[in-house]
Amino acid sequence: MPQTPATSRRALLFGTAAVSAGALLTACTSNEPKDQAQAADNAAPVADDKPGKAVTIGFAGPQADHGWLNAINTNAKSRAKKYSDVTLEITEGSNDTAQQIGQVQTLINKKVDVLVILPADGKALTQVGLQAMRAGIPVVNLDRIFASPQAYRCWIGGDNYGMGLNAGHYIGEQLKGKKNAKVVELAGLDNLELTQQRTKGFDDALKNYPNIRKVARQAADFTVESGQAKMAQLLQAQSSFDALWNHDDDQGVGALRAIDQAGRDDFLMVGGAGAKSAMDAIKAGNSVLKATVLYPPTMAASAIDLARALGQGKGVGGLAEFEIPSSLTLYSAVVTKDNVDQYLPTGFI
Amino acid sequence: MTQPTTAAHDDAPTSTAKSAGDQESSRRSGPRWGWDVRTLSLLGVLAVLVAVGGITAPDEFLATSNLQLVLTQASVIGVVTVGMTFVITSGGIDLSVGAIVALASVWATTVATQEFGFAGILFTALVVGVGCGLVNGLLIAYGRMVPFIATLAMLASARGLALQITDGSTQIVSVESVLDLGARDSYILGIPPLVLIFAAVTVIGWLVLNRTTFGRRTVAVGGNAEAARLAGIDVRRQRLYLYLLSGLCCGIAAFMLIVLAGSGQNTNGNLYELDAIAAAIIGGTLLSGGRGTIIGSVLGVLVFTTITNIFALNNLETAVQQIAKGAIIVAAVLVQRRSLHGDT
Repeated sequence: MPQTPATSRRALLFGTAAVSAGALLTACTSNEPKDQAQAADNAAPVADDKPGKAVTIGFAGPQADHGWLNAINTNAKSRAKKYSDVTLEITEGSNDTAQQIGQVQTLINKKVDVLVILPADGKALTQVGLQAMRAGIPVVNLDRIFASPQAYRCWIGGDNYGMGLNAGHYIGEQLKGKKNAKVVELAGLDNLELTQQRTKGFDDALKNYPNIRKVARQAADFTVESGQAKMAQLLQAQSSFDALWNHDDDQGVGALRAIDQAGRDDFLMVGGAGAKSAMDAIKAGNSVLKATVLYPPTMAASAIDLARALGQGKGVGGLAEFEIPSSLTLYSAVVTKDNVDQYLPTGFI
Repeated sequence: MTQPTTAAHDDAPTSTAKSAGDQESSRRSGPRWGWDVRTLSLLGVLAVLVAVGGITAPDEFLATSNLQLVLTQASVIGVVTVGMTFVITSGGIDLSVGAIVALASVWATTVATQEFGFAGILFTALVVGVGCGLVNGLLIAYGRMVPFIATLAMLASARGLALQITDGSTQIVSVESVLDLGARDSYILGIPPLVLIFAAVTVIGWLVLNRTTFGRRTVAVGGNAEAARLAGIDVRRQRLYLYLLSGLCCGIAAFMLIVLAGSGQNTNGNLYELDAIAAAIIGGTLLSGGRGTIIGSVLGVLVFTTITNIFALNNLETAVQQIAKGAIIVAAVLVQRRSLHGDT
């Protein structure tokens, strides 16, 4: 698969973001029935594309050493660029807790209007979230959640449990009617809470299918190298099984390589996160990879939308509330050959 | 860092001529073939592991395909360990090996993948590896920096550069001739090409360390640098060459990793430095220098890879794997000590 230049990738993401936002906003402004006019009068001011009050958003994310995290940064930047009334103050990504705390404090001192924080470690960054809130700067907590609800005004993130659940249900439906079906799990970094949540969701889903048994689980490190190594071992250990759930599409590149090297094609594979390479493989349909459950990096673009709405004191289009919600969990859609074209533009490299 | 002194202390009783200095004692305690007590006891550990594997997973462990797998998985880190053995034997350390593997693999897959094919990828990986080794060597030999610090700096900057080049994304290789090298039908007499590369590097490494002036100089520099200088050895140039050699091994390993994983990623080679150092040390190479064994290092790598394989075959959790791995390192070193004392 040839590399797509970075510029076209950004343009693609930017384009989709703009198109989907446009669609959303048209939907909520044009379809208002007349008999609800009175209700509409009471309705909250809704954030839209029209330039409003100028908002400076501070963005502090972790180091983009992984495809998904890189897509997070790209999504946030391109979304902010879309709004003429938004200025994005972005700090250099860091996986070092102390350094990230310092960066957020710098943004507080700069008196940005709203903060978007994707913490390297949610628990460890809670205090600085509280600091910001106390300084009167509302915080949009992106993905990795702070330990205290007081530390953020709004949380938006993915659904790790839901990823496992949806992967499990998809596999369950595919293997319906198959007696003594065996599944294998290639998990992500075991010392991350999200890995345990993904496994829990998967196990819970499988309980609905008594014909399926999980026969092996190995944890990799979210890297291609570890994915190849662990998958090669799993294939050696399990001479036959029916389905594989792999938590992460980046390590899935390595897993697919190991499967290819072992010459195996006797099972179906479901990936996780939604990398472009995985979606390409699903679309091509020439490998064991049949589906991937999303953990959309577009949440960063949505976080910018929410931060802008917060800064302008507006609600969210399509909702009756006066304020933006306090939490938003994205849906982990299952991408298959049938709907891959719809999701392909969000696939990250 | 108490390990070197204890190890040196243990080594002394086996020497028949203690007064002759580190350099001499090292040559006596480590005979020409490198098959000393440490190496033999490590072979014993490996035999025990094979027995454990054969008992716990009889059908899977002894299958040809599994032996091919274990050797393949040992190959990449094995090549790095051979280079590391030279550096440690000379009394140095190279903490940057994992980062160099990462940088070489991403550089070779971003710059060279599409346009220059197989040769481009191989050449770029080797040049980047040697280039990083050159920088390390110049800083240490002529900049008089402590190896620990110089290579730590290289670790940080090479990882950073790898991240910058890739922007965090995985560089997928589409050059078929490279990918084919990792495929089953490219096996030669049932041996994967990567394993053959590993074997070749091991044999050449052994010959160079045990049969050449370069090898003798390496041991001499590690044993007593001042004595080596007085004996007419250009210590600084020797050191430069050693880090170059380590860098070259990293370049080879990076190419092998590209073949194996079909991609370049800035996370490649993660913690290779610790794995390579651990393998060399349990293999019998002295962290304080003056004594090195390529065979021991390779056995050390095989022990680690076999452990990982047995755990995966028995579906053990990662946490259990890590605890057991630590325990086995301690056990292997204790067994070596005991057999050394028994020898005296």
